[in-house]
Amino acid sequence: MSSTLLEVRGIVKRFPGVLALNGVNFDLKEGEVHTLLGENGAGKTTLMNIIFGLYKADEGEILFRGKRVHIKSPYHALQLGIGMVQQHFTLVPSFTVTENVSLGTKDPPNKVAARVKEISEEFGLEVDPYAKIWQLSVGERQRVEIIKLLYAGAKVVILDEPTAVLTPQETEALFKAVRKMTAQGTGVIFISHKLNEVMEISDRVTVLRKGTVVGTLKRGEFDKNKLAQMMVGREVVMEIEREKAKPGDLVIKVDDVYAKSDKGHLALNGISFEIRAGEILGIAGVAGNGQRELAEVITGLRKVENGRVEFMGRDITNSSVIERILAGIAYIPQDRKGVALSPNLSVAENLFLRRKEKKIWFNKSVIYEHARRYIDEYKIKTPSPATAVKYLSGGNMQKVVIAREFSLEPRLIIAVHPTRGLDVASMEFVYRSLIKARDEGVAVLLLAGELYEIFNLSDRVGVIYEGKIVGYTTPDPSPENVEKIGLMMAGVAV
Amino acid sequence: MNIEGLIGASIRYGTPLLFATVGEIITERAGVLNLGLEGLMLMGAFTGFVTAYSTGSLWLAFFLAMVVGALFALIHAFMSITLKVNQVVSGLALTMLGSGLSGILGRAYVGRPAVMFQPVAIPGLADIPVVGPAFFKQDPLVYVGYVLTFFLAWFIFKTKAGLTLRAVGEEPAAADARGINVFWVRYLATLVGGALTAAGGAYLSLAATSMWMENMTAGRGWIAIALVIFAAWDPIKAMLGSYLFGFIMSLQFRLQATGEVHVSANLLLMLPYLVTLISMILFSLSENFRKRIGAPSALGVPYSREEKT
Ligand SMILES: Nc1ncnc2c1ncn2[C@@H]1O[C@H](COP(=O)(O)OP(=O)(O)OP(=O)(O)O)[C@@H](O)[C@H]1O
Ligand SMILES: [Mg+2]
Repeated sequence: MSSTLLEVRGIVKRFPGVLALNGVNFDLKEGEVHTLLGENGAGKTTLMNIIFGLYKADEGEILFRGKRVHIKSPYHALQLGIGMVQQHFTLVPSFTVTENVSLGTKDPPNKVAARVKEISEEFGLEVDPYAKIWQLSVGERQRVEIIKLLYAGAKVVILDEPTAVLTPQETEALFKAVRKMTAQGTGVIFISHKLNEVMEISDRVTVLRKGTVVGTLKRGEFDKNKLAQMMVGREVVMEIEREKAKPGDLVIKVDDVYAKSDKGHLALNGISFEIRAGEILGIAGVAGNGQRELAEVITGLRKVENGRVEFMGRDITNSSVIERILAGIAYIPQDRKGVALSPNLSVAENLFLRRKEKKIWFNKSVIYEHARRYIDEYKIKTPSPATAVKYLSGGNMQKVVIAREFSLEPRLIIAVHPTRGLDVASMEFVYRSLIKARDEGVAVLLLAGELYEIFNLSDRVGVIYEGKIVGYTTPDPSPENVEKIGLMMAGVAV
Repeated sequence: MNIEGLIGASIRYGTPLLFATVGEIITERAGVLNLGLEGLMLMGAFTGFVTAYSTGSLWLAFFLAMVVGALFALIHAFMSITLKVNQVVSGLALTMLGSGLSGILGRAYVGRPAVMFQPVAIPGLADIPVVGPAFFKQDPLVYVGYVLTFFLAWFIFKTKAGLTLRAVGEEPAAADARGINVFWVRYLATLVGGALTAAGGAYLSLAATSMWMENMTAGRGWIAIALVIFAAWDPIKAMLGSYLFGFIMSLQFRLQATGEVHVSANLLLMLPYLVTLISMILFSLSENFRKRIGAPSALGVPYSREEKT
């Protein structure tokens, strides 16, 4: 009964300087979750964009329910029954949920609102039909995107790294919705770098490497190690060996700091902690408990209302951002496109930004030479150093950020979700880089949503709740410790 | 000077601004920035005058002015939407083109009087004390302005088509993904905006005066651009803003004419721009205002599909 919904054959796609897809075959059956796995820049998003009519394939054909189709635009795809939630959402922020869903349809608003309610109840995609998009969390926005597709009657749903921005709870809710969709015969194409999730949800997995399919495996045929190996072409170490930290001098001291969020309420409520040289402090917590504000307070992007920040024995509470950079504070922010990078500048220029050179002008060759070194060292996949950063795959953008920040020879690194969207090989690389930095005497503040990341890297673990550190524990992944952290994250004192 | 006279004059001075401002609001709501208003208004004023002069038909003149405005805006649409050139440059070019062209072609017409719209009292409404003479004993184009403003406010905020227009200006990619033709919407909005702007220019040569003068718009196109921001892309607020500026302009002429106050004429001519500048500064100082202002996010950004942004 499980007939084939979608099939692509021999897809080739070239971009200036890159062969993104080199004869890819892929198919999706009714009611299955087919995962697409691959390194950063392997071509996953490109393939999906072709199926969704955003890009045009140079060669190859697409069959929908056995019939050859030429998908001219996303709209056309949606009319056929193919929908996609892109890595970057396509919602109008100033519109309500209902208005966004009704866009491009002829249906009257009250009918749309009623249907949105129905869909959100049926699939457990909870969202207020009358809320404005800008008021919603990332997870809620994603639900709106999915509701949009279901409203349009999509039979093929493409989810491009949907869980990268979700909390574990939100991921669970998403998977429930996905299972309801497949139970109704909808086929789901799922993309993720998190192998645990891939193991949990996939019926089949296709691994893509450098634009070519390495293989397609059925449930039962794959495990985490096998997938990682297929992806990268070699064994990947998922737990990094590391020596015990040898903490040195005090590097950063945050003392009873208060700060406001963008919305104006107190996001940091008297937070205090210290990090020494050669030590990684991991901060665990449910997203939105002041993590972002904490990073911004230390980098100087956010005003401190009250309290004191000391760096290498100096009071930097009111220092400017540039003073802090020069003093040796590096920052890997969570928003790589807006805060970390200038999308329209080239890879070379982005790598060169924030350098503490005293010279006023530079020979282009200096900038390129500098860039080539880091492109090699960090294995950044880019056609050339002159390519605009916005054309890189998500994971490679992150590598540019990390390469640049590490090149500053910092004393303190603030890393917010440093491996979000990175494939396992790059993740391993980032882990190694952070631990190497630590061993060289750098202090690291790690703000990550994933507990395994915290366990993998931290020497000490602090739990943040409502803008305050509510307790410390060891990076011990035992169930008792995880439970303890979970309770602290929920605000229950231990 | 009585109050209804003052209000009435403010409305007449404000009407050309109103047409141009709501026109630009439509254009910018779709995400296209057209800085060529001054040139469009001049072409409108010129076309209107020449048509009225040679045919004697005022409505035909008004209509043709709008057609020419739309054709001129088509240049901007083609440059900025299809060719994706810098919209500021393209808009400025349009201004220069409009003022140059109307100046050369209009040389033969300078100083020749033509026909003009006459006030028409609206039966019933015109008899209301103060309000009647101020608002309802005006020329027909003023009434067109009233209707147009409320129609556009309803259109932008209450209709499906308005939703589409705003989506294109806010998140063209989202609109595209829903099957809305971004290019087509932007073209249409630019053309309609150009037509309305030219209508504002035509008011100057068909209703405010009955003659043609080189550069007779005297910077109104620029004031309209400022008014769009002042009005936060809302036609109703654009109406208030336009009439307010009409008031300032009429005040300036009155002061000049009576000669009671001895101020340099140049200083008085500066007044509207000064007020524009000051009000813009004051408005943007208020943080709250800046947050709510609601400028279309994709304003001035060309849209193309095969590109990540
Ligand atoms: N619009 C574009 N112009 C030029 N090159 C592009 C464009 N889109 C993608 N590429 C290139 O094509 C290759 C594949 O990119 P793609 O985004 O499909 O990777 P991905 O598998 O989705 O990676 P990630 O896991 O990092 O998201 C990359 O080398 C990328 O730089
Ligand atoms: Mg991708």
